[in-house]
Amino acid sequence: MNGDALLKLDHITVAYGAIKALKDISLSVNEGEIVTLIGANGAGKSTTLRTISGLLKPQEGKVYFKGHDISGKKPHVIVQQGISQAPEGRGIFANLSTEDNLEMGAYSRKDKESIQRDKEHVFHIFPILQERRKQEAGTLSGGEQQMLTISRALMARPKLLLLDEPSLGLAPQIIKQIFKVIQEINQQGTTILLVEQNANMALHIAHKAYVLETGKIVLQGKAQDLLNNPDVKKAYLGE
Amino acid sequence: MKKQILTFLIISILLFLGNFIVPAMMNPYLFMILIYCGINIIMGVSLNIINGITGQFSIGHAGFMAVGGYVSAAISFYVLMPLLSLFPSDNTILSLFFQNALFVASLLLGGLGAALFGYLVGLPSLHLRGDYLGIVTLGFGEIIRVIILNLDFIGGARGFTGIPAWSNFFWIYFFAVAVVMVSFRLLGSSHGRALLSIREDEIAAESIGIPITRYKVKAFVLSSFFAGIAGGLFAHFIGYLNPSSFTFIKSFEAIIIVVLGGMGSISGAIVAAVITTILPEALRPLQEFTRTDFRMVIYPLLLLTLMLTRPQGLFGNKELSDVLPFLKRKKSP
Repeated sequence: MNGDALLKLDHITVAYGAIKALKDISLSVNEGEIVTLIGANGAGKSTTLRTISGLLKPQEGKVYFKGHDISGKKPHVIVQQGISQAPEGRGIFANLSTEDNLEMGAYSRKDKESIQRDKEHVFHIFPILQERRKQEAGTLSGGEQQMLTISRALMARPKLLLLDEPSLGLAPQIIKQIFKVIQEINQQGTTILLVEQNANMALHIAHKAYVLETGKIVLQGKAQDLLNNPDVKKAYLGE
Repeated sequence: MKKQILTFLIISILLFLGNFIVPAMMNPYLFMILIYCGINIIMGVSLNIINGITGQFSIGHAGFMAVGGYVSAAISFYVLMPLLSLFPSDNTILSLFFQNALFVASLLLGGLGAALFGYLVGLPSLHLRGDYLGIVTLGFGEIIRVIILNLDFIGGARGFTGIPAWSNFFWIYFFAVAVVMVSFRLLGSSHGRALLSIREDEIAAESIGIPITRYKVKAFVLSSFFAGIAGGLFAHFIGYLNPSSFTFIKSFEAIIIVVLGGMGSISGAIVAAVITTILPEALRPLQEFTRTDFRMVIYPLLLLTLMLTRPQGLFGNKELSDVLPFLKRKKSP
């Protein structure tokens, strides 16, 4: 395994009560990559992300970020270190305006000027959010809310961005748009760990992929190879 | 900031003048209602910090009020009164000043006592969500009441008599204004934003790096502190405290104020506090008219109608400045 990976999960086991959601998971994300984690419902994809961002504590194993052990640290400490998560189901602050939502994303930062610059940058990526800046976030459309969730996570200036099912419940056209932006964000230097059920889209933009099944990694490799893998094709791509 | 201090000073001076004028302007009954309005404003606005702004359902506000009331009453009775009696009470300005300074100290200590309890209760229980927190805080309120009931040196079940009546119009509204201004400042600050985000979505708040338990405890402590002040003001106004004043019904009164005003709206809490204080009294003549006490039938019916027609509360999520834009302060760049 790569020694200087940005993020490394080392034999992680996570349980909800007596039920093990993750069993002995190891994976690594190198700087500059898009790595995707695909799998069916309940495979443990979201659990993996939550463990990385500190919302859950692993029973066994360690999480390393930039070579430091971050397992069991509090979420706000992990955000400060440079991991930012766009939670599943678009956890937006519905009664706050779009702009306030973005500013909350920069919560752990102090420099007002650079926050302002990043806000402009986000508006540049998603122009629709600029139009909606004064609107209550709860009144945005599903796609706009997803854009807002990603933007809010970006406002923390993460080294590593965790995206939890950005395509969930969105129209195919919007999904395409979002994935294009994810690629752009990556090209501008943010490493991305993407959790998706939409395996086809995810594999097309990712460099590396892991396939999760009931809490275990059953397949891993280059995204391109997995796209052509007959098992993956049958199980996740519907071919 | 400077402008706000100035506003606060001007209001304080007006209140100070009002202290001589207002009681003379009305009969003692109306004055009493006015005083209760002030205390209920503190109670409602302080509970709004934890229930409305932070979205944590606490049903133990009366408990914190009781702690504040009894602590400050005990300090005044056992420490400050003997201290004052050492000096000749000649009613000069100096001795009045001295007495009021001691009163404020006693109130603040009462508030700190309540805040300490808020911390002790909040630390373990704010990990809980929704109804579970409600049950813990409800239980806490009752525990406090039962403990007081069994403490003989503060009167026990007989009630605590002989508390000096140092509270007056000025102090009650002074603290009401202070609580309101602190709440508004809080809402506009990054702390306030963090609290709002916890109300909106805890997981999202955590994922953007807000230490949610720490913030919940802070909000809880602040809210308890103000509730304690309200208790102290109440104790020193009536001159008598009884544990039965602080049952869970009192907590529910505070919750009614917050819900009626609109969760999170400070203006709403103020208006609702005034309404819920005045309405039961305004309905009193009805009793003479019908010869039966319909008051407690009509009052809940009015509340019910209001909540059915406006479930988001009087102000919803808005402030007075959202409704009347000219009140809005210009955002400092």
